[in-house]
Amino acid sequence: MARTLFDKIWSAHEVGDGLIYIDLHLVHEVTSPQAFDGLRLEGRTVRRPERTVATADHNVPTDGTPTARMIADQLSRVQVETLERNCAEFGIPLHSLGSEYQGIVHVIGPELGLTQPGMTIVCGDSHTSTHGAFGALAFGIGTSEVEHVLATQCLGQRRPKTMRITYSGKLGHGVGAKDLILATIGRLGTGGMAGHAVEYAGETIRGLSMENRMTICNMTIEGGGRAGMIAPDEATFEWLDGRPGAPPDLDAAVAAWRELPTDEGAEFDQEVEVDSASLSPMVTWGTNPGQVVEVTGAVPEPTTETEERALRYMDLEPGRAIQELALDRVFIGSCTNSRIGDLREAAAMVEGRRVAESVSAMVVPGSAQVKAEAEAEGLDQIFRGAGFDWRSAGCSMCLGMNPDILSPGERCASTSNRNFEGRQGKGGRTHLVSPKMAAAAAIEGRFVDIRDWD
Amino acid sequence: MDAVEVIEGKVSVLDRADVDTDQIIPKQFLKRVERSGFGEFLFYDWIRDGEIELESNPILVAGPNFGCGSSREHAPWALQDFGFQAIVAPSFADIFYANCTKVGLLPVILDQEVCRGVAEAGMARIDLDERTLDYAGGVVAFEIDEEVKHRLLNGLDEIGITLTDEQRITEFERSHEIRGRPTTAL
Repeated sequence: MARTLFDKIWSAHEVGDGLIYIDLHLVHEVTSPQAFDGLRLEGRTVRRPERTVATADHNVPTDGTPTARMIADQLSRVQVETLERNCAEFGIPLHSLGSEYQGIVHVIGPELGLTQPGMTIVCGDSHTSTHGAFGALAFGIGTSEVEHVLATQCLGQRRPKTMRITYSGKLGHGVGAKDLILATIGRLGTGGMAGHAVEYAGETIRGLSMENRMTICNMTIEGGGRAGMIAPDEATFEWLDGRPGAPPDLDAAVAAWRELPTDEGAEFDQEVEVDSASLSPMVTWGTNPGQVVEVTGAVPEPTTETEERALRYMDLEPGRAIQELALDRVFIGSCTNSRIGDLREAAAMVEGRRVAESVSAMVVPGSAQVKAEAEAEGLDQIFRGAGFDWRSAGCSMCLGMNPDILSPGERCASTSNRNFEGRQGKGGRTHLVSPKMAAAAAIEGRFVDIRDWD
Repeated sequence: MDAVEVIEGKVSVLDRADVDTDQIIPKQFLKRVERSGFGEFLFYDWIRDGEIELESNPILVAGPNFGCGSSREHAPWALQDFGFQAIVAPSFADIFYANCTKVGLLPVILDQEVCRGVAEAGMARIDLDERTLDYAGGVVAFEIDEEVKHRLLNGLDEIGITLTDEQRITEFERSHEIRGRPTTAL
């Protein structure tokens, strides 16, 4: 019988009814301390430390603080030091603050080549869907489940339904992966993918880089999806070649991975089709990622109480042109858009230009490796020369658990994934955009249609 | 986890759609390394800004897609610590729903109309074993996975259950190939 990519991975990992085996468990400081406490309380061990890897990302300052011990915020310091102690006690490899491999958990997994096709991957973080870009089944879990995976390397799971979104045609000039996924969420709604493992397919997806594919899978959770997946292909295999975690016999692995893509004729519970050529650069106007319009558009008339409240929070009135919105801050970073490809795109937009007087703009590479690579290419010089603040790796202003936050009332163009109320700082107003759109917005001090800007 | 059987009493109402876990428990409170004490920070900004008032009752009636966004289990911990034992809503975000069932906070999915009725009635009685909710408008049935129901009714430790059959995990591992290098080798 014809099977989907999801079906193949799921059935290869069924230990028993409703119990699946986990190949890779990613751990960070925020959602793990209570799980380790639970293990200690019951006298349990970590079943497969060599299939587990940890990093510090949510809490870390991005000002170059070299070690956990030197983190100024006491609660953050305790949380990162707790992670260091727990990993030492349970034998889990850790790339903490100061390590050459430290970074956002969803950036370092693929970067180290640990994220591979056909794997099951979990992490106590909803953006774990990112790793699906490699043809893995990857999803976020809660702390109780983190504890369960640490102790058993398995997870109790109800089988999700399947959805395929097929993108046909080419993305237009200036339109990228971020616009594609924002437009998709705008169409389906924030609960539109709920209960589903979503496969992104079609010629548009095949033409995208691994970084772009990660951006798309990353935001699956913003559509409510359980997991986002993209079939592995030559781009995937090329990415893995030479990375430290890649299989020693890559040819044999690739031969097996070629069997993973969805079979012709396989059935999905739901199918959606999108014409990529019709998409434009997108900007969110509200307080969830589904509240989004084209950059040439205007703030819409609210049709629900939720939308009315979103407009009040965002201090916007219906009919206001998106390109009239003046910005105070620009953030380029997060597990959605902080990889080298994202930074190259943004740097190309700002080279030889200056950030607007009224704007404070920052670039936060997703990992220490991305930072080093960017600096070797001189991207840091381009950003600094344009007036951007060039930071060290971490989640930074995506979620404001560290010193990088918005002040109340500040309006920010952000390449992150959530425009929830207070997400980037209490009272802060977030507009989600692509790295190119954010870069151009920093220069102009407002949103611009990059299709006729560069 | 305490066993869940019958939850009965007054109902609090939060009539909003797409309430995300960032609102339920804002990020500045996620730095704690303990599991308890999150209740006082529940809906921190909304309550302190006077946007909502919320009474501590056994049951919360909420809007569709409740608990979307971040996977933070701190959200169900905070709701539970505040006093809620069950959340009734037309739909929940997947991760939030799973997290609730792991900590013994009962998620009940009912039609939007019924949710409104329960909110108006102000009182309800939920019987997990019978899978029913009883309120002024009548008795309605709700769905819940049999396995989850069994675990909640008996307050069982899921890890303990999985490990009682550890042999099958070991057997699975014998035939299951993971091709990448071990994380410990990097």
